[in-house]
Amino acid sequence: MELLVASAVGVLTAAGIYLVLRLRTFPVIIGTSLLTYAVNIFLFASGRLAVNQAPILRDGVETYTDPLPQALVLTAIVISFGMTAVVVMIALGAYLSADDDHVNLREEGQPEPARLDEPDAPRPGDGATREALQ
Amino acid sequence: MTHWLITPIVIPGVLAALIVLAARFHLRLQRVFSLAGSLVGLAIAAGLFWQTSDGTILLYQLGDWQAPFGIVLVGDRLSTLMVLLSALIAPLILLYAIGTGWDTRGRHFHALFQFQMMGIMGAFLTGDAFNLFVFFEVLLIASYGLMLHSGGTERYRAGLQYMLYNLLGSTLFLFALGTLYAETGTLNMADLAARLATPGIEHTAGLRVASVLLLLVFAVKAAVLPLHFWLPSSYAEAPGPVAALFAIMTKIGAYGIIRFYTLVFPPDLTVTQGLFDTWLLPASLVTLAVGMIGVLGTRRLDRAVAFSVVGSMGMLLASVAVFTPEGLAAALYYAVHSTFATAALFLIVDLVRDRRGAHGPKLEAAPTFPGGALLAGLFFVSAIAMTGLPPLSGFLGKLMVLEAATADPLVWWVWAAVLGSSLIAVVGFSRAGSTVFWKSHEVNAAHAATVDEPEDEQGADEPHDPPAREPALPMVAIGGFIALLVAMTVLSGPLMRYIEDTTAQLFDPAPYISTVLETPGKTIEYHGDSHGQDDAHEGAHVSAEDAATKTQKESH
Repeated sequence: MELLVASAVGVLTAAGIYLVLRLRTFPVIIGTSLLTYAVNIFLFASGRLAVNQAPILRDGVETYTDPLPQALVLTAIVISFGMTAVVVMIALGAYLSADDDHVNLREEGQPEPARLDEPDAPRPGDGATREALQ
Repeated sequence: MTHWLITPIVIPGVLAALIVLAARFHLRLQRVFSLAGSLVGLAIAAGLFWQTSDGTILLYQLGDWQAPFGIVLVGDRLSTLMVLLSALIAPLILLYAIGTGWDTRGRHFHALFQFQMMGIMGAFLTGDAFNLFVFFEVLLIASYGLMLHSGGTERYRAGLQYMLYNLLGSTLFLFALGTLYAETGTLNMADLAARLATPGIEHTAGLRVASVLLLLVFAVKAAVLPLHFWLPSSYAEAPGPVAALFAIMTKIGAYGIIRFYTLVFPPDLTVTQGLFDTWLLPASLVTLAVGMIGVLGTRRLDRAVAFSVVGSMGMLLASVAVFTPEGLAAALYYAVHSTFATAALFLIVDLVRDRRGAHGPKLEAAPTFPGGALLAGLFFVSAIAMTGLPPLSGFLGKLMVLEAATADPLVWWVWAAVLGSSLIAVVGFSRAGSTVFWKSHEVNAAHAATVDEPEDEQGADEPHDPPAREPALPMVAIGGFIALLVAMTVLSGPLMRYIEDTTAQLFDPAPYISTVLETPGKTIEYHGDSHGQDDAHEGAHVSAEDAATKTQKESH
């Protein structure tokens, strides 16, 4: 149990950090959501792991699990869900208005990226554009 | 128990909802509600400030629950000082936004503004670490909307970076809180302080991790190098009034550092040894240097001001990192000062950016624009304040920072960084100001000489939104900030006495802790368990050890 939870947090965090360091917005957003999953599991485990235990005080129950982390996780899930939705919308807005889904800002003096609707423009994703944009 | 302490949070929250739901299509009604709300907020903040000025600690238990179980709001001198600071800048920024019509360039400006105020006030007043996180998120999500107000490609892209950076910061905050909870079993700040004071707990590695993670979180908010990368482009791309409001947001990071590392992790705790002198002080000195070099290096006026924010945060945190009462007092004075100076500069830059048309914020010679002389004067005064030249309050703040650093072993580094970076900032701001305001006369002269040659710069002559008559409100707002700076300078004696009392209160957290933990409130009376001595919390006070054994028991 401990091993499973610990490795889940570790793997999710590692994958999240890798994705967050990517250049384009889509993997970065996936990375942030993986990181929020990781932190949710981490928070859940912060009240110690207990299987099949009641969180609420009742007569005749001897051992309990800590209810507070569950409440914290619930809050964290709601907030991270909302934030992810907002960031997806803003990323879409940025992509649609700039025709470019890189996270980096354009440097001063760098040319505008080629418009997609120009017939002979290099498509995003092929090497030439990527070099031009970086 | 009176309800005054929660009103700075409730009023903007209710107003924001009201503005969205009831006044959605009535701009005038929105403006009236928003401005009236922020003025009422100012009055209440002044009242709270006055109430705590004799050292009283105000406590508000939400739902009347006893402290470690329920969420509390705490108003001490530091909290109410910061609340008053935010309440002071809000109406001025609203006046500016109304006067320039920024609130008509997109939807829901006033609602988002009020939500942002709610988050800021909550972050300053809360006495619960997780609640602090929630209020951070409230102010952040409102700031995302404000940052993107009126749209535009560059603004969207800078906003995306800002959002992603803060999303990662929030994740880090949650990791820190989880670690803290796992180690101590509580998230109430006063309760945390009481538990960390019990002997034997301070040697755990988990606490050290939690304290470092928390410092990192606040360093992200306060834009300490190397976590400052989100600041320059997002502040430069944000609408002017929003950037001015964001001047308080970096201070929230500084407030978090001051609050947590005086109350929860007091300076004599072994787990946090070396955190400030080994890490924060050098980092903030580098921040100071990089910020001011950025002022000189950038080729845009708005980015120059944004970099000066980074630099001023470096100065502030260098003073915090000295971690003596004198250092904290200097830091608080500088925090108040730099909030006003930053807000004034961003508003001026916004007017300049608007009126220069196609030249925008670029540092290049352009023809003169209407109101240039007045704006140049205001820019001159605010830049003097920002760079810390006499006679304005920045100079006093810097002097106090230098004086506070004399006790520190790194004193020569601090002096070198503060004085050197001030020189660089002075050069940077004079270059920016002379390029934008003085060289425009040369351009005009050149234009007059070659008058028969219609240039493409002719289009730039006309601001894209030519004001028929000089609107007064923006100037009133900027003048208000400068008046506040002057007032800070003139009244620096009483203000410093108040701030010294504040730091004295910060370095003696016992009254804070006892007020929070010993004020009676509702508790759950639970009888009828076979080994009930752990679970029956009768009476007001639950000792830390008692609860710690309970946590231990749960873990096995």
